Amino acid sequence: MKPFDIRQLLSAGLALLLLILPFICNAYWLDVCVSIGLYALLALSLNVILGQAGIFHMGHAAFFAVGAYTTAILNTSFQWPILWTMPLAGAAAAFFAMIVARPIIHLRGDYLLIVTIGIVEIVRIALLNDVGGLTGGSNGIFGISRPTIFGFRIAKGTQFYYLVWGMVGVSLLLFHSLWHSRFGRALNYIKEDDIAAEGCGIHVSHYKLIAFVLGAFWAGMAGTVYAAKMTTIAPESFNFLESVIIFAVVILSGGSHLGVLISAFLFIGLPELLREFSNARMLIFGFAMMAMMIWRPQGILPPRHRRYNTAVSLAKGTPPTVDFASTSKEETT
Amino acid sequence: MEQFFQQLLNGLAVGGIYALVALGYTMVYGVMKLINFAHGDIFTIGAYLGLSLLVSCNIAGLLGPMAAVLSVFVMVALLTALVGYLLERVAYRPLRNAGRLSAVVSALGASIFFQNAVMLIYGARFYVYPDFLRPNFTVHLWGLDIPGIRLLVIGATVALMLALSAFIQRTRTGAAIRAVAIDPGAAQLMGINVDRIISLVFLIGPGLGGAAGLMVGIYYGQIDFTMGWSYGLKAFTAAILGGIGNIPGAMLGGLLLGVIEALAAGYVAMAWKDAIAFFVLILILIIRPTGILGERTADKL
Amino acid sequence: MSLLRLEDVSKIFGGLIAVNDLSFTVEQGSIVGLIGPNGAGKTTVFNCITGNYTPETGDIFFDDQSIAGLRPHRIVSLGIARTFQSIRLFGRLPVLENALAGRHCRMKAGLIACMLHTAAQRREEKEAVARCMEELRFVGLAKHYAEPAGGLSYGNQRLLEIARALASDPRLLILDEPAGGMNEQETVALVETIQSIRNRGITVLLIEHDMRLVMKICEKLVVLEHGSMIVQGKPEDVQRNPDVIEAYLGADDMKW
Repeated sequence: MKPFDIRQLLSAGLALLLLILPFICNAYWLDVCVSIGLYALLALSLNVILGQAGIFHMGHAAFFAVGAYTTAILNTSFQWPILWTMPLAGAAAAFFAMIVARPIIHLRGDYLLIVTIGIVEIVRIALLNDVGGLTGGSNGIFGISRPTIFGFRIAKGTQFYYLVWGMVGVSLLLFHSLWHSRFGRALNYIKEDDIAAEGCGIHVSHYKLIAFVLGAFWAGMAGTVYAAKMTTIAPESFNFLESVIIFAVVILSGGSHLGVLISAFLFIGLPELLREFSNARMLIFGFAMMAMMIWRPQGILPPRHRRYNTAVSLAKGTPPTVDFASTSKEETT
Repeated sequence: MEQFFQQLLNGLAVGGIYALVALGYTMVYGVMKLINFAHGDIFTIGAYLGLSLLVSCNIAGLLGPMAAVLSVFVMVALLTALVGYLLERVAYRPLRNAGRLSAVVSALGASIFFQNAVMLIYGARFYVYPDFLRPNFTVHLWGLDIPGIRLLVIGATVALMLALSAFIQRTRTGAAIRAVAIDPGAAQLMGINVDRIISLVFLIGPGLGGAAGLMVGIYYGQIDFTMGWSYGLKAFTAAILGGIGNIPGAMLGGLLLGVIEALAAGYVAMAWKDAIAFFVLILILIIRPTGILGERTADKL
Repeated sequence: MSLLRLEDVSKIFGGLIAVNDLSFTVEQGSIVGLIGPNGAGKTTVFNCITGNYTPETGDIFFDDQSIAGLRPHRIVSLGIARTFQSIRLFGRLPVLENALAGRHCRMKAGLIACMLHTAAQRREEKEAVARCMEELRFVGLAKHYAEPAGGLSYGNQRLLEIARALASDPRLLILDEPAGGMNEQETVALVETIQSIRNRGITVLLIEHDMRLVMKICEKLVVLEHGSMIVQGKPEDVQRNPDVIEAYLGADDMKW
């Protein structure tokens, strides 16, 4: 192993930068960084579904919306404290994902893509039409309160910044562990060849569904943070373009967690940098999307192979299953 | 009953337009396995180009409505075909051998690019097609008063679809397109120039899509720069509904989607029109996972 | 006692009868060969046993439990592992992870344990890695453990499929043309490997066109033609059977 690993260096640098960012940038850019954190959270959760399991899912904004609206409704109509609604927002999104994903999860690539786009549209239209009299129609819901942690009210930009990026940090740890486990491997097998995976003993539809539900849970929790930060939410914040951006962040990332963070910075930060071009901003953005994919078709940082400690042998007491004395060919070949 | 038939005819007219746009999606998908998300915006470009040619270039004034619409129809198809050709060369060809989703993101980028290009050139407001271009005769048929424009749109879309079918089924080039759709590698080995076929498909699909844009302008009289998103999404839905990669499937899917939407808008609720279209799509895919005419390809073990 | 028993199994594809009323048994601890000309329906039989297809009629018993129609992953966890005729490895993943795919069904860590890397999860993971390394050593691929599977030679890819199957602790191993694409030397080594697998107490059922290999290691042969069994029995008896000679006459894929 090389003493200086470029990715580790990059990770450390990014972590340090993220820690000190609130001290060096102004309120506007801090706000942008909160958005970047939110998208990073969404993209990390979509990465489980799209990046690792290879499920063509372009409807993540639907789960984000379910989470945000759950929080908004519980908070404004039932006076729940914001952070208490977070697990429920996640659960609501996860439950919704389970219901919609079960019948469609077996659909092949592009069919799933349009169906997930359809789900975003259905959710948005349902919210617009004030379904159940709870979602406030096209005006949405306003007057969502600020979160409090142990009586400490989070309202300032810096506080939100640390809340969001703290969540990103915890998510990174959890998703990294997940990636380096039988669960993460199972998703990769499915992405590579689902028939072979099933033939090796992997319950493909179960894992696909769990990946969906887990990703939705996280998107739902991100919805809580979003609702608390904006204090007002409306259906148009959860449209197809939103899904497209989350999708593009994941694809450009290449699939590694570090890649997702860098990609989120590029995608969300770039339009802000282009603000001076005002109207032409999105034109350049669209062009940049093409250019970036042509520049790096495989994404910014594809995940590396997992590392294993192959030196360990079976623990004592495990019955030997392989008789090396008579069968090992390692020396002869 | 009268309302039902009017809605049905309206659905067929809109459905025919969906079908024309869907053909672009399905043909490109057939030869490249790529969802060309920018196709909806090429449709928008067609609508705007049509307006510019008719009004700003005063072709309508020079030739009179009928001849003007017909000639502009051809011009728009040619110009959008050119846009499609350039799109493929710039945004997709470099990604031919990359992951499929990389090309999808490039397509989404192209879509955002086109949409904003139209907005920058024409402005964010909506535009109105001049009234006199719209044939306003009425046909009395089976006790119904049918707006002539409705029948003309249905007739034009059906004619274009039949022409395309004949081209794909009867000509050597059509056979080459079908061959590339089945197996580009084998087609290449048989001496088919795959690059040329792909370019050709990127001329035909966008050409039809642009023409459909012009038809929408004349039919509804009003266009705006975001129309490509919704029409594109609907047409893509139609292509999937019929079985993506399948040309008759795209036609059937388009017509079916148009009729379903029109009936849903008339009988259920206007506000839920778009949601119902997607509901139907999901239901059909649950029953038939490869779309109505899509063939189930057995996985080789 | 028979480990695997097929009773009147038929499989029809759109009117075409691929397998017709097939019945045979595989005894515990034996090596059984399923042979026949191309298109006789051998792989279809395998796919019925492994759950990729559901037979139209008849039933399949593994250890006296009916398995026809179960999903493939269920059948693997019951103790039947397979290799594919057209190699289906996870080409971009390292060799070790391909073997770990087979081990997956014997591991228990759930979603939460995987996210938190609990002590039990880590222990299980360590054991799985060690076990898979043993299987790689068994087939002679241990030194390649970190390379992408797609970069292995053809013969080694077939061996890796065997290692992956063995990692799932099968009682019955199903090999679909294990010697396909192997050279002389590799085939000789393969014979040894298959015999070692049987010596570990694992029953083997295989499809193979290389008749010398089949004659050498199989205790029993089942001969298929047009989806029906024409004969079964000891290799030397089968070889002399006039129906078999008839079936193979002119078939160029047979090397007696």
